[in-house]
Amino acid sequence: MSTDVTAKTPAPAPPGKSGSASGENLLQLMLDGLRRNMRQYGMLIALGLIVALFAVWTDGDLLLPRNVSNLVLQNSYVLILAIGMMLVIIAGHIDLSVGSVTAFVGAFAAVLTVQHDVAWPLAVVLCLVVGAGAGAAQGFLIAYLGIPSFIVTLAGMLVFRGFTEILLEGQTLGPFPSGLQKIGNGFLPETGPETNYHNITLLLGLALIVFVVVQEVRDRKRQQEFSLDVLPRNIFLLKLVSIVAAILVVTMLLASYKGAPIVLLILGGLVVGYGYLMRNSIFGRHIYAIGGNLPAAKLSGVKDKKVTFLVFLNMGALAALAGLAIAARLNAASPKAGLNYELEAIASAFIGGASMSGGVGTVLGAIIGGLVLGVLNNGMNLLSVGSDWQQVIKGLALLAAVGFDVWNKRKSGS
Amino acid sequence: MAGPVLEMRSIVKTFPGVKALSDVTLTVRQGEVHAICGENGAGKSTLMKVLSGVHPHGTYEGEILFEGEVCEFKDIRASEAHGIVIIHQELALVPYLSLAENIFLGNEHASRGFIDWRETLRHASELLRRVGLSEHPETRVADIGVGKQQLVEIAKALSKKVKLLILDEPTAALNDEDSGKLLDLILELKKQGITSIIISHKLNEIRKVADSVTIIRDGKTIETLDVKSEETTEDRIISGMVGRDLDHRFPERTAYEGESDAAPALEIRDWTVHHPIDQQRKVVDDVSIHVRRGEIVGIAGLMGAGRTELAMSVFGRSYGRHAAGTVLKDGKEIRTKSVAEAVDHGIAYVTEDRKHYGLNLIDTINRNISLSALGKVAKRGVVDEHQERQVAEGFRKSMNIKAPTVFEPVGKLSGGNQQKVVLSKWIFAGPEVLILDEPTRGIDVGAKYEIYTVIDQLAAQGKAVVFISSELPELLGMCDRIYTMAAGRLTGEFSRAEASQESLMRQMTKDKEVTR
Repeated sequence: MSTDVTAKTPAPAPPGKSGSASGENLLQLMLDGLRRNMRQYGMLIALGLIVALFAVWTDGDLLLPRNVSNLVLQNSYVLILAIGMMLVIIAGHIDLSVGSVTAFVGAFAAVLTVQHDVAWPLAVVLCLVVGAGAGAAQGFLIAYLGIPSFIVTLAGMLVFRGFTEILLEGQTLGPFPSGLQKIGNGFLPETGPETNYHNITLLLGLALIVFVVVQEVRDRKRQQEFSLDVLPRNIFLLKLVSIVAAILVVTMLLASYKGAPIVLLILGGLVVGYGYLMRNSIFGRHIYAIGGNLPAAKLSGVKDKKVTFLVFLNMGALAALAGLAIAARLNAASPKAGLNYELEAIASAFIGGASMSGGVGTVLGAIIGGLVLGVLNNGMNLLSVGSDWQQVIKGLALLAAVGFDVWNKRKSGS
Repeated sequence: MAGPVLEMRSIVKTFPGVKALSDVTLTVRQGEVHAICGENGAGKSTLMKVLSGVHPHGTYEGEILFEGEVCEFKDIRASEAHGIVIIHQELALVPYLSLAENIFLGNEHASRGFIDWRETLRHASELLRRVGLSEHPETRVADIGVGKQQLVEIAKALSKKVKLLILDEPTAALNDEDSGKLLDLILELKKQGITSIIISHKLNEIRKVADSVTIIRDGKTIETLDVKSEETTEDRIISGMVGRDLDHRFPERTAYEGESDAAPALEIRDWTVHHPIDQQRKVVDDVSIHVRRGEIVGIAGLMGAGRTELAMSVFGRSYGRHAAGTVLKDGKEIRTKSVAEAVDHGIAYVTEDRKHYGLNLIDTINRNISLSALGKVAKRGVVDEHQERQVAEGFRKSMNIKAPTVFEPVGKLSGGNQQKVVLSKWIFAGPEVLILDEPTRGIDVGAKYEIYTVIDQLAAQGKAVVFISSELPELLGMCDRIYTMAAGRLTGEFSRAEASQESLMRQMTKDKEVTR
């Protein structure tokens, strides 16, 4: 492992301590880390509280295996959209068109597979291309022509909703071929010995645990190689154990019903992939940079226009994926599909720690935000709260989350 | 001789960590045009903000007497009620409202909350005539030039029954013709009995309009001179502005002995740039400069001289329009049309405005340092976070950036430490030519010394350094060669031996003759 990249400037050597972080202030470091990520930990705790509250109010119905499975299926598309929306908002933009684009792509899929008998894998690919194209067209106007994203995507919201109705001639179109349906509401196949649990799901859960543990250990080793400070062994072990426990619980819950929904696997892949992209790729860094301080990013040589364009292209592709999942789950393309989904996605991102002015947020945050809304939805449904009050409560939840953030920032004086 | 209309006695104004005014006394006589001059950062603008109530009574020490009575202004409205109106360097007009609406903004001709348009327009055209504008009062501000906008500001001041008009560098953004008109107007208003204070460092302007001049240096009044007197020469004013001991200390620099036959590391030839909005105006006018490896070359100039504009337009056309001229690297012509191209050719520009153009304040130290050269800590587009952190830790130690970890948001650091982060960022990019724009602005003396040391070491490593600064002692202490600029043009070039504060300031204040 080469470590040839070092600071090239020798020390100016003025007096003063060099402040290397050693063991004694490690606790301080962890507290600092906690304080910095207050928003995310805060939301994670809030999510835990909401889950606990509804679990009590519904006499445990919320955590029944069937309901957990349902919760995932119901919310997967908003979560998919929230990931893309997080990128858009971090870049300092907004996308109001995603609800319409999901409907449009669903309609397109129906026209392909139902009316023209196109093979479903081909249809999926075409749909993703069309979605990416819709995003790219809007991204071009925003990035290269400089039209504000709010305007472009507001127009896109109308345009693609209109196209959807034109494609479907105002009718609902279905049913889809069974292969496509699986994307929306399919589960992993059942095989192996009778264990009362879903075997493949259990195996996947175990594989995930092994993967995470290996990854964490390797990461720790590499940190040591670069002679950086690492977490003390016992805290590191504690961290590992809690991650493993969390994965185990979810796996067992899912495995004791029909197993892992296919869309959950897709979603999991997206979370890991996009999380890595935003954290570790040059492209991801550039998104944070243009959202955080555009003039500074430009003067650092970041190709801001290209980055903005790609962010919207990506949003379009994810909207297409979400559109496929909705259409497949409902087993029909409807002109009203995906209505207000852009708002749910935007709310998820802001609950999950995004900032109106851009530059802040994480993929995991978007998922947490989306889950807060999802659990609220699901829990209130179980308690048969009417959709009128559901909207009021979700609105207040958004306000509370962002209000807390503003208050917290003002308190810390930044 | 008329008596004093304004007296400011022993004004002291402190900002956290900095004493902006340590003892300023200013006496302005009734009906005169009084100039205030001094270097950038001498405290001129702060003094005027104290006078006009931007810094309210209680935030400063000392006494203000206007027309013989003690004034304790708590905001701008209070000072305006007394007839003291300040026109700031950045105009405060609303671009999409009409001239008339702007003139009476906050001071409308109205009855019961409804605007009396007839009276508004009548009064506005009268005021516009007084300042020599023939535009219709319903014209939008955005549709007239900067020079005319300046006159609208004066019309606005007149509408407030101004007795003392304060102009903060009114001609800094104007071309020659507009400057001339504005100065004539000031003289015209003087005939009408309006007293003016004009902040300026263009000596020919001061000669043209002012009756007396007060020189401020390092937050203190140095002297007040009668401009019409024989003894008040430009040299006298200049020595007043700069006459200070070299109280900063600089690292010992070995004199540069360049191989003068080799092509310069960076050469800029016949560079001209136009203002981004006022496209007629040349902000940089036919400038040619060069810098060799191992050499530190200074560019001295006052505000509006075009130094930053020169640097930013060369660095990826980041400023202005219609940039023309040639850039040569090691004798070969290079394209620097985008920042990425400039960086690829080994050029780095460290901005004077670190908060707006240098740093992503909400992001961490490590991620700011790596931004301009992420490829160096990445493989196939994937950033190696550990390597990145190690690099940042290296800089934190070598540059003595005072922060507990490299994960601290840059916005929480002090100015000096932020500046070290910006420098680290560009040193990490591994450039051969560094253009440093006011690298020590707004930071304390200790941090300055550290930054000088870093600059010295960069030159010793064979990098070519262009050092833009408004502080002459710093240029004299650090540079091997110094160019001076004024109003977009190159006005002089000095070797280390030839340069002195006086000789530099003379060339920095050299403007074209203002036509009468």
